[in-house]
This record gives sequence, C-alpha cells and structure tokens, in this order.
Amino acid sequence: MCSSRPFDSWLRPDARGLYCLPGDFHIDPHAPVARAIITHGHSDHARPDHQAVLATADTIAIMKLRLGSAAGAQLQVLDYGETLKMRDVTVRLVPAGHILGSAQVVIEYEGQRAVISGDYKRHADPTCAAFELVTCDLFITEATFGLPVYRHEPALGEARKLIASLQDFPERTHQIGVYGLGKCQRLIATLRQAGYDRPIYLHGALRAMTDYYISRGVALGDVPSVADSKDKLSGEIVLSPPSALGDRWSRRFADPLAGFASGWMRIRGRVRQRGVELPLIISDHCDWPELLQTVAETGAGEIWVTHGREEALVHELTKRGLTARALALVGREDEAE
Amino acid sequence: MKAFASLLDRLTFTPSRNGKLTLLRNYFHVAPDPDRGYALAALTDGLPLRFPLRKLLSEIGAARFDPELFRLSRHDVGDTAETVALIWPSMPAGGDDLYLSEIVTAILSVERGSQASLLTQWLDRLDPIGRWALLKFLGGAPRVGVSARLAKQALADAFGRGIDEIEEVWHGLEPPYLPLFTWLEGKAEGPPPAATPVFRPMMLSHALDEAEWEALSRDEFAIEWKWDGIRVQVAGKGGITRLFSRSGDDISLGFPELAEQFNFEAVLDGELLVVRDGAVAPFGDLQQRLNRRTVTRSMMSKNPVHVRFYDALAIDGADLRALPFMQRRARLEAWHREHAPARSDLSELLEFVSKDELRRRWEATREDGIEGLMLKRKDSAYLAGRPKGHWFKWKRAALTADCVLLYAQKGSGKRSSFYSDYTFGAWSEKDGTPYLMPVGKAYSGFTDAELEQIDRFVRQNTIERFGPVRSVTPKLVLEVAFDAVQASSRHKSGIAMRFPRIARIRWDKPAAEADTLDGLKRLIVSRP
Repeated sequence: MCSSRPFDSWLRPDARGLYCLPGDFHIDPHAPVARAIITHGHSDHARPDHQAVLATADTIAIMKLRLGSAAGAQLQVLDYGETLKMRDVTVRLVPAGHILGSAQVVIEYEGQRAVISGDYKRHADPTCAAFELVTCDLFITEATFGLPVYRHEPALGEARKLIASLQDFPERTHQIGVYGLGKCQRLIATLRQAGYDRPIYLHGALRAMTDYYISRGVALGDVPSVADSKDKLSGEIVLSPPSALGDRWSRRFADPLAGFASGWMRIRGRVRQRGVELPLIISDHCDWPELLQTVAETGAGEIWVTHGREEALVHELTKRGLTARALALVGREDEAE
Repeated sequence: MKAFASLLDRLTFTPSRNGKLTLLRNYFHVAPDPDRGYALAALTDGLPLRFPLRKLLSEIGAARFDPELFRLSRHDVGDTAETVALIWPSMPAGGDDLYLSEIVTAILSVERGSQASLLTQWLDRLDPIGRWALLKFLGGAPRVGVSARLAKQALADAFGRGIDEIEEVWHGLEPPYLPLFTWLEGKAEGPPPAATPVFRPMMLSHALDEAEWEALSRDEFAIEWKWDGIRVQVAGKGGITRLFSRSGDDISLGFPELAEQFNFEAVLDGELLVVRDGAVAPFGDLQQRLNRRTVTRSMMSKNPVHVRFYDALAIDGADLRALPFMQRRARLEAWHREHAPARSDLSELLEFVSKDELRRRWEATREDGIEGLMLKRKDSAYLAGRPKGHWFKWKRAALTADCVLLYAQKGSGKRSSFYSDYTFGAWSEKDGTPYLMPVGKAYSGFTDAELEQIDRFVRQNTIERFGPVRSVTPKLVLEVAFDAVQASSRHKSGIAMRFPRIARIRWDKPAAEADTLDGLKRLIVSRP
C-alpha cells in the first residue's frame, strides 16, 4: 500500500461531516446530503433527510423505525463484507460491535485504505456481531472514553451487581436508565446470561427497538411493558430512558432505586450528579485500553480522532510515534451513552 | 477488601437511612474478624493510621503517570484520589484478597522508606473500586454519609441488641473490637465496663404542643432557659475527661481547654457554649469551633468555650440516673459548689409563681435573644432516648417572612422525583432597581400534598435547568418560618436564618409584596 499522497486530499471534513471526494459521499453527516453512508442507527450518526443512504440492513430498518419517511429518499443495503464500487473508490462495511447493525466503513482508493470506525467496542455483546479488525493506512477512531481513567467493567459482572442489589433491597423497584437502542437490549441479554429469568419490565419508549431486536432473533426472554402492569413492581427490574429516572413516571413504583447503565458511571461525580444509587459501568464504546489496542492492531500509520476526548488520545498516540490529529466534526457533543 | 470496598461504594450512593442500615447490617454479618472491626472503626471514630497518603501519592504519581494524561483525567474526574484509583493499571485478577487487617498490621511496622512500595503493591492487587476504597481507608475518615451513631445502630440491628448496650461499652474498646463481636454473636460475656470514660445514652426532649401545655401542672415541672449551643456529655474517670456529642461521638480533641481543665470523677450533662465576658455568644461563633480535630491557640482565645451544666448522670462513681430530677439537681449543685471547675456554671432553675407568668416569660424570650424554655418533670429518672412526657422543649414562637421561590432542587431517596429543596429570596435594590437576593434554603415544613403542588409549579415555571436544579419564574411566595436571623459574612445576603422551613404557600400573594432583605436584617438580635 502506498501512503505518499496525503489522506486529506481525498477524505476530509466539510461543513456537513466527513466527505470522500473520489467517491462523492459523506459518512454520518449531521446535515442532509446527496449520498450518505451511515455507520449505525443512533441519532447523532443517522440524521434524517439524506437523498441516498447506504448502510447495513439492520441500520436501515432501525432508521425507518426511528425516522419513518425521513430515513432517506433512497435506501440501499450493503451487507457486512460485500464490496461496492462507488465512483473511484470501493466501499465495504465491517462489524463494529457497537449495536445491532453497526459497521465500520472501509474505503480503498488508489492503493490507500482508510477505515472509519464509527462507534465501536471490543467488549463482548450478545446482541450484535463482534468487532472485526481491518488493517489499514488511515484509521479514523472515535474517542468518547479517550482517557486512561475510563476502563469499563465486564458487563456480566455489572449485571450480577444489579441482581445482588435486588437481594439487598427486595422490596424496592430497581429502575435502570438505559439508552433505548443497544444498551437496553444488551443489558437484558446480559441479565439473562447471568441467570436472571424473571420478567424485565420496559418503559414504552423502549418497546419498538426491543421488539425489533427480538424479531431479528436476539433472545431476550419475557419483557412486558410497564403500562400493562397494575402492580408497583416491587423487587422487579424496570428499564427506562435515563430521563425517566427520578421523574414523575417513576412515582408509580415501590420506593424506586435508580440505576444507570453507562460508561460515564465510572466517575463518582457523575453518579452523584444524576442522583443514581446503583451505577452500572456498561458501555457500548471502547474504553482506553481498547482504543490503544485497536489502533495498534490496525497497523495504521496515521490516526484521526473524532468526537470525545481527542486531546488525550492524540497525545498518547503521538508519544507512540504515530501521526495523530483531532478531527473536529460538527454535531458531535459528549456522547449520550 | 472486596466486601469493604463494595460496602463503601454502595454507601456513598445510597441516600436513605434505611438503605444504609441494610448495607451495613449485611456487611457485619458476612465480613470476617478482624476486618469488620477495622471497617467499623473507619466508619466511627476513625483509625489513627499514620500514613502520609497525600505525599506518597504525588511521589508515586510523578514516577508512574504521564503528567499530561493525569492532568486531563483529573479534570474529568474532579478528585485526585479517585483519579489515581481509576488510572492505575489493573493487573490480571488473581491472588488473595487484601484484608484490612493486613493493611493495618503492615502500616504499623513499615519503615518510612518502604511506604511507597507498600502502597504500590496494594494498588496492584486491587480493582478500581478496591483501590478507591483503599485510598479512602488510608485517608482516615471516609466520608460516606454514615455517622458513628448510624454504624452502631446497624451493628445493634445486625445482632439483635439495643444501641444503648453498645454505647455503654463503646469507649472502653479499641479497634478491631474483637470482644464486642464475640459478645454480639453470643459467644462470650459482654466486655467489662471500661476503665476510661464512656458515653451514656442521653435523655432527649419533645417539643411541647398546646394541648400538653394546657394539661401541665405548675408544680410538677422545673424550668430552665433553653440554651442555643450544642448538647454535650462531659465524662471524667481516672484522670481522663472526654466530651461526647449527643450522638455519642467523642469530640474532646476539638476542645482541649475543656478536656484539660475538667478533672473530676463524674458524668455530667450540659450545653456547650461560647461565652465571652460572661455573655453567651451567637451560635455562629460556636460553629467556628465545631467539627475540628485540631484547634489553634488563636481559635481558643477568639471563641472561648464553656459548659453550662444542667444534669448529673454519675458523681464519684455513683450512678444517679435512677434518682428523680430534683435529687440529681441537688447533687449537681452541691458538687459544683465544692469543685467549681473553671469554664463552667449551672443552668439556672427559673422561679415563677403561675403558669401565666411562665407564658409571659416564654413570650419575652424573643426580645431576650433566648431560644425558649426547657420543662423537666421533677420526679423523672434520667432515661435513655426520647421518652414521652418527661422533658419538653418549648421553643419561642417562630419568626416568619414572605419570600419568593428562586431555585428548586430534586430531593433524594423517597423524594428523588420531587423538587423538594427550595432556595428563596427577599427584595433588595441596586441602583434603584429592585431584585431578589437569595436569603435561605428550606426542605421541610410542607405536607405531601403541598410538596406535589410546589413540584408542579416548579416544572411549569422553569426558566433554566442546571443538573438537578431548576431556576423558576420568581412569582411564588412562600411563607418561611425560622427561629432567628443572624449576621453572616459567609452569605452574600449578609444574613443566615436558623432552621428555616416552609410554613405556608402564599398562592394569593404577588411576588412584589414579599419581604425585603432590610426587613430581615432588622430581625438580627444581639444576645444578652
């Protein structure tokens, strides 16, 4: 492979996001464009109203569920591993291990290979295809948890922590805040792995995505809706969006104990700030060791770091002799996780 | 360390008293000796570990961490010890758990030059929560929202004993309290009465309500002023004197002038006050002396402390608690005449001829700058806890002011879905423009129904959100009741309210008609 030509002669950020010139498409643009490749269905990556969208079948289905007709005028499926020629480049989607359907975008252009990671993780997740490593010349990585203090716990151990808390407080409803796409289903599946076989109750906002996961063959067991239950659900697990923690909605439960499943729960100040009693450190993003491991394994000589704590990761990679720079992309704030 | 770390971790995030009791109880049942004893020490009196943690951490940190990464991490985390605990590389699991006893033993024998490597080895053996808990443990008193009294209550609950039984033996024991645990588990007799002063559970009073006042007969009660200090028990035995707070915490270290001055064989009950030139100083002055483990000479001369005794539990080895109040009082007076310890006097018994006269005196307490009256049944024994019908506090009627709700914060525990903590303001003026200056914060006084109403108001009138706090359109008037207003240099308003609570919601009153800061300042009274 040749790396004499600067990568930003053909791949660079513009006002709408990351743009590939010889392929004439954007990746995860935050504003409507003519052609977009979407890495996964979360709302900060899959924005509405693009002309043409290319993504995995699951991502497209998720976009339709979330956005309806605003999912895009033309929706084209590209399965994992298939190659597609787009003008002067070839494109391939590879599992990113983030959520169902999530993909890295592999672009080859005149002997150079770039991989855009999207959001990804290396920790085990029974609800989606595992991250697949692709060696490359340019690796564009996220850095949501790009600081050495962020090291996530194995999800199974955190699920056991939740089950232990139910034994400590058998009279209290355990209301756990989760993001509706990915985290919710992963926590359910992990609780099942840990041997928890009681019903897990869902807030209405989590219903559609969870049903979609089930329809795709992800085994989640009995997941009734809170709305169908007249009971105070004492001693049961209830999953809700984080915004419903300590909200009026939660008053229906028996002395609710608020939990939150997120990588941010590593930091005690954030736990306190949210009024969370049971922090579960479960993340769908890479932690610090995973970021460094992945960058090294790709063999890339140049690393671009997108949303998150770019500064620390760029510092560390530079120290390791790599060419690294922060890529300021519009529309990416602190990842809601 | 696993069980202790998990306990500490859960305690920091569990707001409710019952939740904390559950976690502590479960811990005392499963943790082995002597670890649970050291944990108990850490949560109560603290373990006097001589370990220069701060210095060692910066030494180790400089050698091990990239300063730039540490700086960025510290910024995200907000706490140095927590940053170290998190940034420390985790070793592959395995090896034995690190026991608190191992830590305590090692610290006692380690040489100064090897402290850093000892700490490093421990950090290497633990997971992130274990490392955090280790640093908390080594740092002395881990602030996890557990009072000594609460820890003892959990211990009592865990083994089906009364907390008073534990208090009786507590101060004679040393960590890790092995005789205590063998006794609690029923494997041995109780620990012998201590050779040093011990805390005796205090007798507490009830607030007097109007019906009780009506039923009260003049001759049955002795009356004292209610002093605005803190309740203390002074216990002297074998040449050692200790001061205990009402919760049984040993606070002697903060008041060395008293602990050194008092040298007697007695257990006395009284009020700790700052007294300057014979006059009681405002509570704020006493506050400067509270919660300190060391005091300087200048603190002692600036805010000189004094104890005003009002009861005797024991004198010269004789337990007086079963005697009626008036007999204890007579013994106390005789004893005080004989010994007359400096920095102390007796709380005067008030003379009065009729209940009407008593009521007039009570009504005048406001002008006199006195907190109220104490009514003590003359024939009552000294009973632990808060027995009904023996001691009454008759606080002077509250002051009230109409203030405007400015900010509301979510509560915790059962109130976590309600905006239940209110910051309110009074009118002030700058360059001719009126504005609302925050003057206090209250989170009690309202009924459940009123809480729901205010909560609804907050949600419907939010201006901005800052995490759990909302600012609201300043239009809801709250009638705030409080015991006193004091001058305060620590508050922007220049005043501090004592015990503010919500008396009523004034839905009817426009914000413009709320009270002024100047009006509140006029309520500041100097003490007699």
